[in-house]
Parts: sequence; C-alpha cells; structure tokens
Amino acid sequence: MNTKLASISENLIEFRDVAYHINDIPARMIVSEISLRIPPGETLVLLGRSGSGKTTLLKLINGMLLPPKGVVFVQNCPTTEWDPIRLRRGIGYVIQEAGLFPHFTVAENVALVPTLENWDAPRTAARVHEMLHLVGLDPRDFAHRLPRELSGGQRQRVGVARALASDPPILLMDEPFGALDPVTRAELQREFSALVRRLGKTIVFVTHDLREALLLASRIVLLQAGRIVASATPQEFLRLDHAEVRAFTSSLSVSPGALA
Amino acid sequence: MRPWTFISDHRGEILSATLEHFTLVVIAMAIAILIGVPLGMFIVQRPTLRTMALGIASIFQTIPSLALFGFLIPIPFIGGIGKRTAIVALVLYALLPILRNTYVGLTGIDPAVLESAEAMGMTRSQILFRVRLPLALAVILAGIRTATIITIGVATIAAAIGAGGLGTFIFRGVALVSDALILAGAIPAALLAILADVLLGLLERRLRIS
Repeated sequence: MNTKLASISENLIEFRDVAYHINDIPARMIVSEISLRIPPGETLVLLGRSGSGKTTLLKLINGMLLPPKGVVFVQNCPTTEWDPIRLRRGIGYVIQEAGLFPHFTVAENVALVPTLENWDAPRTAARVHEMLHLVGLDPRDFAHRLPRELSGGQRQRVGVARALASDPPILLMDEPFGALDPVTRAELQREFSALVRRLGKTIVFVTHDLREALLLASRIVLLQAGRIVASATPQEFLRLDHAEVRAFTSSLSVSPGALA
Repeated sequence: MRPWTFISDHRGEILSATLEHFTLVVIAMAIAILIGVPLGMFIVQRPTLRTMALGIASIFQTIPSLALFGFLIPIPFIGGIGKRTAIVALVLYALLPILRNTYVGLTGIDPAVLESAEAMGMTRSQILFRVRLPLALAVILAGIRTATIITIGVATIAAAIGAGGLGTFIFRGVALVSDALILAGAIPAALLAILADVLLGLLERRLRIS
C-alpha cells in the first residue's frame, strides 16, 4: 500500500462533485456538491453540527457508502472500483465508542488487521507491543485485559492502536474523544496531536468541537446542511466572515454572566 | 400404595424409562440445533425468509402437543406410531426458541462493534464467524436451554403415540387413577428438566460477555 502511495499524485483522497442521499430519494440529500482534495500528511478536520453530513463524508472515503453522484478517489482510484475489503484494510478507523470487540483481549483487538492480513505471530506480537507503547499503555499491564476492564479513555487508546496496527496511510476518526470526560478528553487530544505530528499519517477527523479542531487540524472544513461552507487553516478560520463560522467561534467564549 | 415404596420397588423400570426419555430429548435437540442455528444465521440478512421462518416456527408452538402428535400419525415417512414421529414433533417444538434466539443474538450486537468490524476490512463471513457468532453464543444457548426444558416436558406426552419414556408411567397412572404411577413418571421428568436448566444455565453464564 505504501509503495503504491509514493508513486502517485499529490492527492491521497479526492471528492469530485459528490452528493449522497438516502434510498434513491434525491430530495433527501445528506451531502451535496462536495469537492475536496486531501494531500498526504494533512490532518483534515470536518467540523459541523450534528446532522451536517460529517460522518457521511467519512464513510464515503472507506467505501462503507458509495456515492450515487460524483466520484470519491482514494489513491487515484474511485471507491466504486476498489475491492472494499482491500480499501478498508489500508484505512484505519476510530469511532466514538471505540467499537472494540468485547470478546477479544486488548492484544487481540490491536492485532485484528495484522491477523486478517495473515502476519506471522512474532511480527504481530511485536507490532501489538509497539502500538500499545505508542498510545501510552504498558503491554504487560494491558495486553491480556478485556475491553470491559478498561476505562473509557483507555478503550479509546486501544481503538487508536488498533487503527494504526497495520500502518495504514490513512486514518479516519469519527468523534473519537466525544464520549470522554473533559479532563481525559483534553489529555488524549494533546497526546494524539503529538502522535499525529510524529507519524505523518493522512487523517480525516470528524468533530463538532471547534477547540478540538483548532488543536488538531492542519485544515478545517466546515460543513453546514451537507455542504462545505468554509475551508481554512486554523489561524485563518477564526477570522472568516461567515455566519456558521461565527456560530462556532462564539461557542468558544463563555460570557462572564453565564457563570454568575 | 405409597408412592415412595412404588418408586423404590420399580427403580429399574423407572431408570430405563428415564434413559429412554433422555435419549428422545437428546436426539430431538441435536436435530433442532442442527436446523435452528444455521437457519437463524441464514435469515439474518434475508428479511422475507426471516418473517416466514419465524412465522412457521411460531405456528408449530401454538399447536397443542397432543394434537400435533395426532396430526403426524397419518403422514407418510415421518409419521406413524413410535419414536420417529415423536422426534419429529419434538424438533418442531424446539425449533422456535433456538431459531429466534439465534436471530436475536446475531442481530442484537452493539452497532459500534459491527461498524468497526466492517470498517477494519472484515468480510461478511469473518464478521459472522469471528464477531457475531461468538458474541451471540450466550443468547443462542439461552434459546437451547428453553427448548430443552420444553422438550423434556412435551416428550412425556409422546408416550401417547408409543414413543416410550417417562410419559408411559403418567398415562398408565392416569388410566389407573394411581398417584404413585403418575409420580413415578413426573418426578424424574421434573428432575431432568431442573438438571438441564441448571447445567445449561451455568454454561450460559460462562459464555456471557460483559
């Protein structure tokens, strides 16, 4: 996957005039007129309110949804032409509830994609070890635990380790820290942003939290009712003159009156 | 005659009837599991077939057992008098709980788990055998447990069509107005049901995750 990646164009993911609607009803549009280019190494944050179409865009990238209109390219190949299994094995995926397999130990969860890809046992074990260290979990302590024996933050760390285990060039994250308490969330956000810089993955990150977007993004794309209304670096984003941008920036500040 | 004296005097006969009863139940359950579990797996992705299969299995459950045995007697190949007919009827009764719990177990899995399984690039059959099935095992086993208890009870009535088992004592006891004879059939049948319930319950608890 990586060698293939190096040989081709500057855009790892590209949306070309994509629309998606439910059950062939064009009137029930979820996203429309989406054109978006994501070069390698970018951390693109899709920001928007609930129901703005963020998750839909994410699922269009790994072929869990296929566009009825337009084309989504991943590594220069339309998602409709990819073998969905091959496509997804090259894309890490982390969701809010982590989605760990409750009957697998932490080590087995992290080893999921290497196992599916038939890595030999020593290589898989070494990789699991490395991944758990990477996300700040001591393998001696955690490898044999079941997900139910972990805290929410630890589960989310395992989710990240699982997504990175086969070293995919792309990582999709759907509000991965959304269900955590504020302190744990801030902790994971800080660690994750350092991790991102070190790994150089291409990341598409969905959130409704502007603070999180500003911390992690190299570019923020703002969605409103299924359309892209702004695309800017974090620095530029705060200065944009758009009603939805202002709605988000005003959510950052707490008026003193509210605390009284 | 006092029931206890009767039971201890005829313990050899009672034991062999219990064994016969047990065999009937084990054979019927094995067939019901071999049909019900794969069928339950098959209907997960097929809504029309699911409605039909669950509907038909429910209809069998509503037929009074004595009537079902009666209906089966004139049917060629599977019918007639004796054990074979009884096993067919027992399988039909056991099917619904197994089928329904297999379906419920396979579909009642945390959507986040299934979503990440799909997103990590697992094929449909990998998801079925490595995720859905292991996670559904406790629920499927609960269905098997219910079906076993039903089958142990219904199998007593199979004696009416000559299938033998503990029902023989009960029917004879009813005909002769002998409490001792009825109890000689009823007590071992109840013990069998309790034993099955406890043992399968233990297994189910061991398989239940979180």
